[in-house]
Amino acid sequence: MAAPPSTTNAKRPIERLYTPESVESIDYARDLADPGQFPYTRGIHATGYRGKLWTMRQFAGFGTPEETNERYRRLLDAGGTGLSVAFDLPTLMGRDPDHELSLGEVGKCGVNVTSLADMERLFAGIDLGAITTSMTINGPASMIFAMYLALAEQRGTDWKVLSGTLQNDILKEFIAQKEFIYPPRPSMRLVTDLFAFCTGHVPRWNTISVSGYHIREAGATAAQELAFTLRDGIEYVQYGIDAGLDVDAFAPRMSFFFNSHSDFFEEIAKFRAARRIWARVMRDRFKARLPKSWQLRFHAQTAGVSLTAQQPYNNVVRTALQAMAAVLGGTQSLHTNALDEALALPTEEAATLALRTQQIIAHETGVTEMTDPLGGSYYLESLTQQLEQEALKYFDTIDAMGGMVAAIERGYPQREIAESAYRAQQAIETREQVIVGVNDFVESGGDSVGTLYIDETAGERQLARLAELRAKRDASKVGNALAALQSGAAAGANTMPLLLDAARAYATVGEMCDSLREVWGEYVETPTI
Amino acid sequence: MRQKIRVVIAKPGLDGHDRGAKVIARALRDAGMEVIYTGLRQTPEQIVGAALQEDADVIGLSILSGAHMHICPRVMELLREKGLTDVLVVVGGIIPDADVPRLNAIGVRGIFQPGTPMQEIVDFINRHARVRVGTL
Repeated sequence: MAAPPSTTNAKRPIERLYTPESVESIDYARDLADPGQFPYTRGIHATGYRGKLWTMRQFAGFGTPEETNERYRRLLDAGGTGLSVAFDLPTLMGRDPDHELSLGEVGKCGVNVTSLADMERLFAGIDLGAITTSMTINGPASMIFAMYLALAEQRGTDWKVLSGTLQNDILKEFIAQKEFIYPPRPSMRLVTDLFAFCTGHVPRWNTISVSGYHIREAGATAAQELAFTLRDGIEYVQYGIDAGLDVDAFAPRMSFFFNSHSDFFEEIAKFRAARRIWARVMRDRFKARLPKSWQLRFHAQTAGVSLTAQQPYNNVVRTALQAMAAVLGGTQSLHTNALDEALALPTEEAATLALRTQQIIAHETGVTEMTDPLGGSYYLESLTQQLEQEALKYFDTIDAMGGMVAAIERGYPQREIAESAYRAQQAIETREQVIVGVNDFVESGGDSVGTLYIDETAGERQLARLAELRAKRDASKVGNALAALQSGAAAGANTMPLLLDAARAYATVGEMCDSLREVWGEYVETPTI
Repeated sequence: MRQKIRVVIAKPGLDGHDRGAKVIARALRDAGMEVIYTGLRQTPEQIVGAALQEDADVIGLSILSGAHMHICPRVMELLREKGLTDVLVVVGGIIPDADVPRLNAIGVRGIFQPGTPMQEIVDFINRHARVRVGTL
């Protein structure tokens, strides 16, 4: 009986052996080049990790701002080098804790931040000028960022020294994660307003993190993740240019965020292909002149979806291998998932072990000594080229639809991903794809791990605080700021200065978002299977 | 002959992670059931309303956010109020072991945690959904 053909996880046929013939069409100077040289396939820095290690940035947040603040201080003490805020669902959806849909959700999947008062508690004792902060927020990105800027201002920290990243990637919300508020076009306006504002006022801030992570978690293949993410990036650049911005003024502050999944070589190839495609797009399609505009910088996170509830200690191994792929792919920043995350938000021990995994890779394995150590591998170069070609094919399809916003409005990437998700699940059901401990090598009973249980006290506390805030703040100041926001938004003014005034007046995230809901309406997805 | 089982698959709460809901909706449809997917951010009232309107035999809730101990009791209460006590309610998602008996106690019959094979859910529904005989 003939063995079935081998494939990558994404069902790309693979040969048993790759040879010089496999890479005949690749030209070193044109397609690879030394690290630090266009098209940056081998990395954006000539010195690789010898110059600077990646940032070990562990995503965390739960309960009240105080509880999360405590976790942050401990992560910094343990050698973490950047913060990454996980917000709860009410905050992510621009709803206050007292909204009907917030029932049972406050502080569950992240920290609840309703107003500037919560932002003050979240960063108590942490010098905003001395750390870099990543904030995973999209629909209400501008509102939450306004609170962060208001906090810096209050403490006398110059906005010009602030450094960090706002996810602010609304397109992947429509495509995959579904935490949207407004329809796509006004949502894009918020993004370009922020680009314009930061260019002048917060020049070191990464204004967007164009994210493939959620696209992949929703079921996309590696090629789809690569294609849709970079095509989203193209859409943002185009909208920025259309809004009258100079490409070289805002493109250098764009960053990316990818998943690092289990298919080891395919992931490394994906990261390398991403750099090459982006460099060419920026130089040739958008005529950017600055190398900084050509260089794709990215954060990576290991694949949450690959974690299993069964035999959870296996997840440590999965995460280590995925983290290694991200490092060999040249990531600028990395989050490693904790072993218990198929079950709950991580406990402190689990989160620390996840960070230790990165430290072991960085300091014990020696992989940081040379740049792009797998460059030149017949297989890897061939795979990098294949992924690039698959992504470019998707670009053609999406361009023909009129761009990513138009493709999203037609449900195209959503359908492609749902299709891949179903195929992936079928492969697991039929054991064509073995998942250790789930559909093979199963143990009855199995290990159990203690998990973090978030009770209702955070929700109750945040509700009480909101009532208190509403009673003691200057209501007319809030009302005026929100009215100015509405009229400014309707008149086409940049929304950022208006949101800043609202944040300074302690307007809540729900109030700011509602004011704009009245102007722009809400997006409702047509449910399809 | 047994009529097709009618299933409402719903995503309550604020969470938008719909991969599981969509995959299971499709698996149930492929297994011969009539599946109605409500889409995102449905309140318990909307979900029970959909079950009533669609004459559903089964409600499948997909909850990953940790809000299940708020949402499920409300859905069960509304079903009782509407007299829909023979509708089978199942929940899939990130449900801690500790909450499984609590959900069973309020009448949620099937609780499917991460890693459950689709076939197991299909079989469970085939076994436990109310049987309606008639011609189509």
